Amino acid sequence: MARRATPEVNAGSMADIAFLLLIFFLVTTTIEKDKGIARQLPPIEPPTEKPPLIKEKNLFIVNVNRKDQLLVEENLMDLKNLRAAAIEFLDNGGAEAGSQEYCDYCKGKRSPSSSDNPEKAVISVQNDRLTSYKMYIAVQNELVAAYNFLRDRESQRLYGWKFTEMKKDLDEGNFSGNEMVLQEKLDNIQKLFPLKLSEAEPKKSGQ
Amino acid sequence: MSKFTKKKSGELPAVNTASLPDIVFMLLFFFMVVTVLRNNNLMVRNQLPKADQIEKLKKDRSVYIFAGKPSARYEEKYGREGKIQIGDKFTDVTNLKFALTEARQKLLPELQDKVMVALKVDGETNTGLVNDIKQELRELNMLKLIYITAQGNELDK
Repeated sequence: MARRATPEVNAGSMADIAFLLLIFFLVTTTIEKDKGIARQLPPIEPPTEKPPLIKEKNLFIVNVNRKDQLLVEENLMDLKNLRAAAIEFLDNGGAEAGSQEYCDYCKGKRSPSSSDNPEKAVISVQNDRLTSYKMYIAVQNELVAAYNFLRDRESQRLYGWKFTEMKKDLDEGNFSGNEMVLQEKLDNIQKLFPLKLSEAEPKKSGQ
Repeated sequence: MSKFTKKKSGELPAVNTASLPDIVFMLLFFFMVVTVLRNNNLMVRNQLPKADQIEKLKKDRSVYIFAGKPSARYEEKYGREGKIQIGDKFTDVTNLKFALTEARQKLLPELQDKVMVALKVDGETNTGLVNDIKQELRELNMLKLIYITAQGNELDK
């Protein structure tokens, strides 16, 4: 009886302990997936500078009141029609053929009373202070969708892929190829339809 | 010679569960690694609005601002008006600059210039509050911002 074999540790409950921990982490895990609408705020301009003059026909005014109703270019409109209206405005290309501002890739109606070209077209959103945030985001979403639709169309025509899909791939690192070249192409498309969304200072309710 | 004849038992052999702990541990480690323990306790309601034209947020360079009505638990104490929350506490619009500068300093130094403000605002909030925040951001020169939204579209309901 000089040496007795040490008894083996019973590992039967190991699985139970591990399960317990597993369930704890399963419950506490929140795989966060934060996505949203990105925006660049305009810097504060010195008060001496005059705001640039914009012709009325190049301005697309979207007004949202405190009851979340839309007034687009002086007409009452449903939110679901906003995207189409914005596309029509941006894609109008009203400048005369042969002039410097002529937009050769626009496929709109070329109405002289609407925007000259996408470069000049500005969408201005005016909110009331009591507009709900939900509505605000919905309007922004529709307007960005209008831009994305036109950018997709142009990239499809020029390069054979969709702007939004390629941008997403690039952002998520799924793109295998020359990223510099792609970035340049994306910039080109953005130049064709630059995002020009202006936001006026909100009016106080009742004014 | 019956010693050598195998006993034929009708019972099924037990499944070997020796590798079960290994499998469970593997899962455990996976969840341990991906878990982010919530570091800010949400004090406002946060039912995000829906949108589908969205981009991904780069988390290492972002500062979060929450806004909305105080959640039911805090309603008695703070009332029902829309409030701004940064970090763990409510902030006033006048204090916003200070709180934001503080939050920015917690980021990595090389990313502080590229800071992106993530706005997590409840759908029922008034736009006025959001506008006040944006005005402060402009004065601070933190011009990149992202409205965090849920996946979907407000139109299809």
